[in-house]
Amino acid sequence: MELFRTLKLALKTITTGGLAYWGWLALLACLIAWGGAAYLTQFNEGLIVTNMRDQVSWAFYIGNFTFLVGVAAAAVTLVVPAYVYKWGPIKEVAILGEILAISAIVMCMLFVAVDMGRPERVWHLIPGIGHMNFPHSVLAWDVLVLNMYLVLNGVIVAHVLYRGIQGKPYNAKFIVPLVLFSIPAAVSIHTVTAFLYAGLSGRPFWNASILAPRFIASAFCSGPAIMLILFQILQRTTKFAIKNEAMEKIAELMAYFMFLNLFLLGAEVFKEYYWQTEHVVHFQYLFSGLHGHNALVPFSTAFVVCGIAAFILFLIPATRKNTVTRNIGCLLIYASVYIEKGLGLVIPGMTPDMLGEIYEYTPTLIELRVGAAIFSIGFLVFTLLTKLAIPIMNGEFAKKPGVDGHAPAEPAVAA
Amino acid sequence: MPSEGHKLPVLGAPAHRCAPEVVEEAFPADPDNSPEQEVEARSRREFLANMGLAAAGVLAGCSEEQREEFLRKKFTELKPDEVQERIARLAAGIEKKWNKTATLSAKGPMEGVLFGYGLDLSRCIGCRRCEYACVKENNQSRDPQSHWIRVLEMEKGRGVDLEMGNPYYDPAVVPDPDHFYVPVACQQCSHSPCTRVCPVGATWMEPDGIVVIDYDWCIGCRSCMASCPYGARHFNWAEPNIPAEELNLDMHVLGNRPRSKGVVEKCTFCIQRTREGRYPACVEICPVGARKFGNLLDPQSEISKIIKQKRVFVLKSGLRTEPKFYYFYGL
Repeated sequence: MELFRTLKLALKTITTGGLAYWGWLALLACLIAWGGAAYLTQFNEGLIVTNMRDQVSWAFYIGNFTFLVGVAAAAVTLVVPAYVYKWGPIKEVAILGEILAISAIVMCMLFVAVDMGRPERVWHLIPGIGHMNFPHSVLAWDVLVLNMYLVLNGVIVAHVLYRGIQGKPYNAKFIVPLVLFSIPAAVSIHTVTAFLYAGLSGRPFWNASILAPRFIASAFCSGPAIMLILFQILQRTTKFAIKNEAMEKIAELMAYFMFLNLFLLGAEVFKEYYWQTEHVVHFQYLFSGLHGHNALVPFSTAFVVCGIAAFILFLIPATRKNTVTRNIGCLLIYASVYIEKGLGLVIPGMTPDMLGEIYEYTPTLIELRVGAAIFSIGFLVFTLLTKLAIPIMNGEFAKKPGVDGHAPAEPAVAA
Repeated sequence: MPSEGHKLPVLGAPAHRCAPEVVEEAFPADPDNSPEQEVEARSRREFLANMGLAAAGVLAGCSEEQREEFLRKKFTELKPDEVQERIARLAAGIEKKWNKTATLSAKGPMEGVLFGYGLDLSRCIGCRRCEYACVKENNQSRDPQSHWIRVLEMEKGRGVDLEMGNPYYDPAVVPDPDHFYVPVACQQCSHSPCTRVCPVGATWMEPDGIVVIDYDWCIGCRSCMASCPYGARHFNWAEPNIPAEELNLDMHVLGNRPRSKGVVEKCTFCIQRTREGRYPACVEICPVGARKFGNLLDPQSEISKIIKQKRVFVLKSGLRTEPKFYYFYGL
């Protein structure tokens, strides 16, 4: 049977690798086991094993979720400039973006799942069997768009890989519209996630119209940063070839978004600090500490410094074009957005709490372990899918090109 | 009655969710099918039936209680006889855990009643008796502690400034001459953010104005807590701990019956009392008469007279949550 043969070949591909490959998988497996054990403890004893409490009721898990929605969104949107600027390997950019998106969405869903008090009741969300509070609940919207996005990218990647392993070209009439649709879908998942926060009228730190634009701006910094590093790794280890100008163009686009990201942050800082209403306390807690509570100050300092440093590195043409400084810039902006959209968004939004109480949250080891396991699962998904995609990109499975005759060799989005 | 609960049919588990023969029914043989199509359709049905069996198998690994709990329906969708079954189930669970026989009510709202609450800030002395009476009445967890009422200490001269409230005040005697006190619990908003953001509709406002939670339907996402401007919602971070001798056996299914870990809870205006025509526990215990309660639709009720004769205000009125919890200065 065709399906069986293809799956067998896929299995063979992902189980064939060198020592480094198996070492990497083993490391991920260890981290997953380590964090999985922590989750079992949490499942049995309740979320009391985290440091979340009524005052700060969302924290590390939901922060990571928010950050990863940005990663999922931004990777796919690189398809647009790839097409506009004719980078050449649009297909590769698209497929890598989709694979990264799938991995990120899987992590997003796991981070939400581990944050739930009653994860076994997740079926209550399914319309028909359960009850989805749609359209009133923004979280219901988020569940819908995230699942739609996962299915969309899953179908694209599954189809391309399945046909690729069989040495057949993919069905462009089927795939190209889906890839095009995945771009507005990417924007929608990030916007809806921002609205999840912005819709909470009682939380002034989040209840700002600037929040969704800030989410998009920061995602267009962190997502491409990962892709840039990834392209270089693949260029060294595979036949994947992307023009150097394309990398510079991505860096240039990132510079614009880094500026926009800092500008929007500055606009918020001005509004809060020029006339310090009662709302300023959340910004004070984040940036300078409040009533002697300053757990977040080192983190906020780090994200501002990293963000500005990365912007300078990407602004100056010499450092933007130099691979070493560009890579440093990528790491800096990644770190900056990770802190800003993680701890830096969720915790100050809830500190002080609705009645003015300051509860200083720092994650417990259990939370960090569960987080490590989820990131490892994401890396695992990414590694395995990329392992399958690489020989396809290299054309190693292609025996009779164009056997079906219904897809050109390089159709991609240009079609 | 509670001990009979075990013998009841599995509630909320209609046969089509797990029994394979019902799956078969859902895909009846098509009389127009050719024999090959029929074989294919049958193998598909068998596959689905096997999937159903597998799912049922996982559930079969659980105890009957766990299975029943997992498959519980949303409270608002229960028929009257199903409500009675649910109550019997819950009572049986309480009997098993605490070895006590509870009286569980599912009494609905009274016609022509909309509950409202008044709090006289000039009388409150900050003794926190309401806070602890509430804990006892509503079977809140003792360890970890959960308090639906928080009494905030405010500085005189600053007015009601929630940013400056201190719930952990600990003077030798109350009231402290430099401070006044603002107790805060669920404001029972008519335009409530918590019910809007809940992704599964596990919380809603009853016709008598009480915002309630279906503890069996809540998934523990805590969106409602993020949305509540009054910090009135509380999460069971661990399995709640209530000593058997302190368990209040007078319970309402949407109110003070014991909750489990991983779900949200809140003040229900003591639904188990007020729907029986009694005062909430906090009103009853208040030694200075600072707490008022009654029917907003009855012009002769105390709360209606307070609204008419005093100058009342609500917390964070700018958010337009329309609380039914009115503060005023009676003296």
